[in-house]
Amino acid sequence: MVLGNYKQAVAARSTDPDILRKSQDGGIVTQLFAYALDAGIIDGAIVAGQSDEPFKPEPMVATTREELLAARGTRYSISPNMSLIKEVTRSYGLDKVGVVGTPCQMQALRKGQLYPVGLRDVADKIALAVGIFCMENFPYQGILQLVEDHGATALENVSKLDIGKGKFWIYTERGATVQLPLKVTHKYEQPGCHVCLDYVANLADISTGSVGTPDGWSTVFVRSAKGDDIWAKAIAAGAFETKPIDSVKPGLELVTKLATEKITKNQKYLESRATEYGVGKALRNPYI
Amino acid sequence: MGILESLKALLFGKHDVGGEKQDQKPADKPADVIVEKKASIIKEPKEEKPVADKITVGHVHMSGCTGCLVSFADNYEGLLTILDKYADLVYCLTLADVRHIPEMDVALVEGSVCIQDHIAVEEIIETRKNAKIVVALGACACYGNITRFCRGGQQNQPQHESYLPIGDLIDVDVYIPGCAPTPQQIRNVCVMAYLLLKGNDEQKALAGAYLTPMMNLAKAGTEACGCDIMTQVINQGLCMGCGSCAAACPVRAITMQYGRPQIERDLCIKCGACYAQCPRSFFSFDVVNQYEGIMEAIDAAMQP
Repeated sequence: MVLGNYKQAVAARSTDPDILRKSQDGGIVTQLFAYALDAGIIDGAIVAGQSDEPFKPEPMVATTREELLAARGTRYSISPNMSLIKEVTRSYGLDKVGVVGTPCQMQALRKGQLYPVGLRDVADKIALAVGIFCMENFPYQGILQLVEDHGATALENVSKLDIGKGKFWIYTERGATVQLPLKVTHKYEQPGCHVCLDYVANLADISTGSVGTPDGWSTVFVRSAKGDDIWAKAIAAGAFETKPIDSVKPGLELVTKLATEKITKNQKYLESRATEYGVGKALRNPYI
Repeated sequence: MGILESLKALLFGKHDVGGEKQDQKPADKPADVIVEKKASIIKEPKEEKPVADKITVGHVHMSGCTGCLVSFADNYEGLLTILDKYADLVYCLTLADVRHIPEMDVALVEGSVCIQDHIAVEEIIETRKNAKIVVALGACACYGNITRFCRGGQQNQPQHESYLPIGDLIDVDVYIPGCAPTPQQIRNVCVMAYLLLKGNDEQKALAGAYLTPMMNLAKAGTEACGCDIMTQVINQGLCMGCGSCAAACPVRAITMQYGRPQIERDLCIKCGACYAQCPRSFFSFDVVNQYEGIMEAIDAAMQP
């Protein structure tokens, strides 16, 4: 149940060396959108692009392969992709929208489709929603402090950030690697993440993340009917190389373990908000 | 998913899952249309389908700009489907020739109430008496919206200066915030209200779950502002920076800076869309986890 509903789970990576060259793991998101763009499934996608500050993501609408490639990789900071969800159908004029987001952004998207309070004519234009696994996210200042203070590395010299194998990894342009224990990162997590009850983007059409598969590969959950259809077409078009998920290590067991940990921890925090703050007072619970 | 299957069965059942409707082709010339229509009005009965289990709906116009009604109408053929299959419009100044507020299942009230206008006050009280469910349609009825800024002195009724959201005068059951509320949100509430009143137990449960957050908004009060995002979400440690509020704002008062909403409060018209759109204002796993089925069912329900 912590993994949500899915039609299939596989290990996959892009077959495109261009995409893999600077992708975070298997290049799943970039490849999916690149394929969907080629095949006319989407007119463009809201992605976390690069802003003018290093590793500060900025939501942008990619309508070409080049723009998609420019947005490859994970930046571990907040990219409010939902902020463009209406604009993408207006000034960008897209009828078939792709969007990538964290589990909470997928929740926002589906709530927005069912309760489009301020999202006129948007709900039926979402053609492909790709979710990414997410344990927590950091405010930009948090990343800055982790990399520059704790890691003693200038952020503009960093080529890649990664969280994996229990560590926060900083890779620099000149080949140095700095690792921080995850313990020091916890205090910089954004508070809103601590009430989140979703690790693997249960509400996406297709969700993906590095956990569960070897380096260079990604775990992929195909969830909705729409996602299933697009995934099948992408496979048929040779966009991905796949392996059965039970043939790879560490596999779904680790995904399940991490998902359970996150959800259990956050459930506990939600309960504590109801009882442990104030006297006879409760903090607001968003879930009804 | 039993609920959804039966929901579809109910919605489709009346119409035997489309297919035969391709025969109808549009008339070639405007002239043809007029001739055909005249003939058919005389020959055929007005209503082909049984109307027994439709609900009755009225649109009550208080001080508003009619944008909410226009938004309802912007469901285009969907509006016709709603009126054809689910609801009879028994009162609507613009679309129905009825002078006094009749008894009805659902009253969609647009606009706030000017308390210097005694007719408006009487009508909103009348509405509460005559309607089983009162829906505040749009931000003026829910929260006052731009009528909150009125200080009177305008022509041609300078004495009309105090405008109150309907919830300050009567009990309101459901809020549909937004300026204007979106056609799709109004449509979804209509379908769900129909299921709540006419559906079987399962459908009532689903519709109840869907409408609960909007009922809770109605209970929560009659004031809205971009500040709600600050006080109810960020101050409560719930914001994760998705940007839904910025997308929902009809006046672009919200931009996202460093992953958090920056709200220009002078631009805010107090429509409540940002807070209602926020996934951390309310979020029901029971409802949203079934998004695929619910959206399919609503689409199916909207087939003519």
